[in-house]
Amino acid sequence: MTELTYLDNAATTRLDERVLEAMRPYLFETYAVATSQFGYSPGIEAKDALDSARAKIAERMGASAEELVFTSGSTEASNLAVKGVSMALGEKKGRHIVTTRVEDFPVLYSARALQKQGFEVTFLEVDELGRIDLNQLEQSITDATILVSVQSANQEIGTLQDVAEIGNICRNKGVLFHTDATHSFPRVPLDVNIAPVDLVTVTAHLAHGPKGIGGLYVRQGTPLGKWMDGGFQEFNLRPGEENIPGAVGFARAVELVTPEETARLQSMRDRLVDRLLQVPNSQLNGHPTWRLPHNANISFRFVEGESILLHLDMRGFAVSTGSACFSRSLEASHVILAIGGNHERAHGSVRFTFGRFNKDEDVDALVQAITDVIARLREISPLGKGE
Amino acid sequence: MPLPYSETVMEHFRNPKNVGRIEDADAKSVEGSPACGDMVAVYLKVDEASLRIKDIKFESYGCASNIATGSIITELAKGKTLDEAKEITWQQASDALGGLPPIKTHCSVLAVDGLRAAIENYEERHGLVKERTATTVDEVMRRLKHVMNPMVGLDLVRTKVVKGVEVSDGVVKITIDLPADHQFSANIREEVSDKIAPLWDVKTVDVEFVG
Repeated sequence: MTELTYLDNAATTRLDERVLEAMRPYLFETYAVATSQFGYSPGIEAKDALDSARAKIAERMGASAEELVFTSGSTEASNLAVKGVSMALGEKKGRHIVTTRVEDFPVLYSARALQKQGFEVTFLEVDELGRIDLNQLEQSITDATILVSVQSANQEIGTLQDVAEIGNICRNKGVLFHTDATHSFPRVPLDVNIAPVDLVTVTAHLAHGPKGIGGLYVRQGTPLGKWMDGGFQEFNLRPGEENIPGAVGFARAVELVTPEETARLQSMRDRLVDRLLQVPNSQLNGHPTWRLPHNANISFRFVEGESILLHLDMRGFAVSTGSACFSRSLEASHVILAIGGNHERAHGSVRFTFGRFNKDEDVDALVQAITDVIARLREISPLGKGE
Repeated sequence: MPLPYSETVMEHFRNPKNVGRIEDADAKSVEGSPACGDMVAVYLKVDEASLRIKDIKFESYGCASNIATGSIITELAKGKTLDEAKEITWQQASDALGGLPPIKTHCSVLAVDGLRAAIENYEERHGLVKERTATTVDEVMRRLKHVMNPMVGLDLVRTKVVKGVEVSDGVVKITIDLPADHQFSANIREEVSDKIAPLWDVKTVDVEFVG
């Protein structure tokens, strides 16, 4: 078996051993639930660990500790944001929310669930590079609008939105702003003191942290309903025993992401894009500069993504594709279609996402493998034979 | 092996048989599904006297199950008469491959359709086609048997989701007993339209979800 070169770090990442080391004491020694200061000592220690993890993660976005609610991950965080605001303001203020066509499933389907309850939802279009039009956003906000939810970075094509400007528009209009920062935090800097966001979805497992822990930044004073019933944990917003090892691991993972490391991933990514765009009939999906530093997404014409993926797997590379053949619903990537791509462009799209454990030489090996695989599949394709 | 494909499928995917094109083919077909995006081209060389397939090649713009089915179906068809080859079913191809994951059925059916279309193409070119008949409900149902319900990997007719078929004045109306917001509704709509629209006397295909 060839050693796996993993280039699907937007799906999940390998846990960093240092994160595991930080978590270990809270699995085997201080495994108690968090208790009040009047409880038994392991419980108090657990509570301290939870608070300190919360403070570290919040600090990374310029927030204070009590503004971060831990959740089981980003899906739950985005559900809490979208459904929580609708519960708090749906009756009081209005029943309209604004989001985009390219959101990831948690926001997209939370919005659709609200539609079924009678909320009106505006799904903003994006341009061919994946960015929303700020004027269009501004015009779509009405007196009934209670929430704008626009992602920080796209899960497939990596396009970044102008979160600060979107926040300013929402602030001026007096509307709450949620951003799904699942794919950008903590690699792409976000400061809630500069960007006026009210709610931010984050997760640990895309930055070499553990799976099963994420969080929602909730700016102080933001009205939010509790949509899941249970205990009073997490400021009475997210019931259930706290995942303390997870929270500690999340905080350690955030610490370990440095600008230097991100620059290294970006340079590998840039080299990969340069080389792959030399393959004839290939094109970059997403924005060339407003883009996640570790994401590349390229469409190769006349070939199909799942076939590319399987051939690469046989050669020891793990990547992802927007092809309908690969998706669970047999539908082509809604993101590629939203940027004006046709089924064919989605069909041959491949996403490469870098992480900490990728090495420089991975790029050359990958370019070689891709070039071979594309040539081979084009040979058996009925298309592109220059007729 | 963590992949959902059998070793046989993977072998045919890695090293497909009969791949390429025949420049002086006696017949050819190109079948494509806009829903999945897959396309298959099939080329035939036919012995005029015995109507036996002398040579067959295929090209695929598709996923692994599409490529593997193209490979196996051309193996199965080679040396058979056109009438024999027409009878090769998707099930035979799938069995020969050691089975296919249910969700991948439709990409694979496309390759089987490609073979049939190439044979029909030969028959049309050589005046072997019987009279054109008007489209009937039966013919629509027959074609719906080639549209998969991706949930279970069996066709729409067998999974009993076809609630009604009406044919009148070139308009075919098909009601499907699935909710309109079903995970696969968009996919099923396109596949149905794809199978029914090419009928010579059909102008409109109307697919309604009533579940």
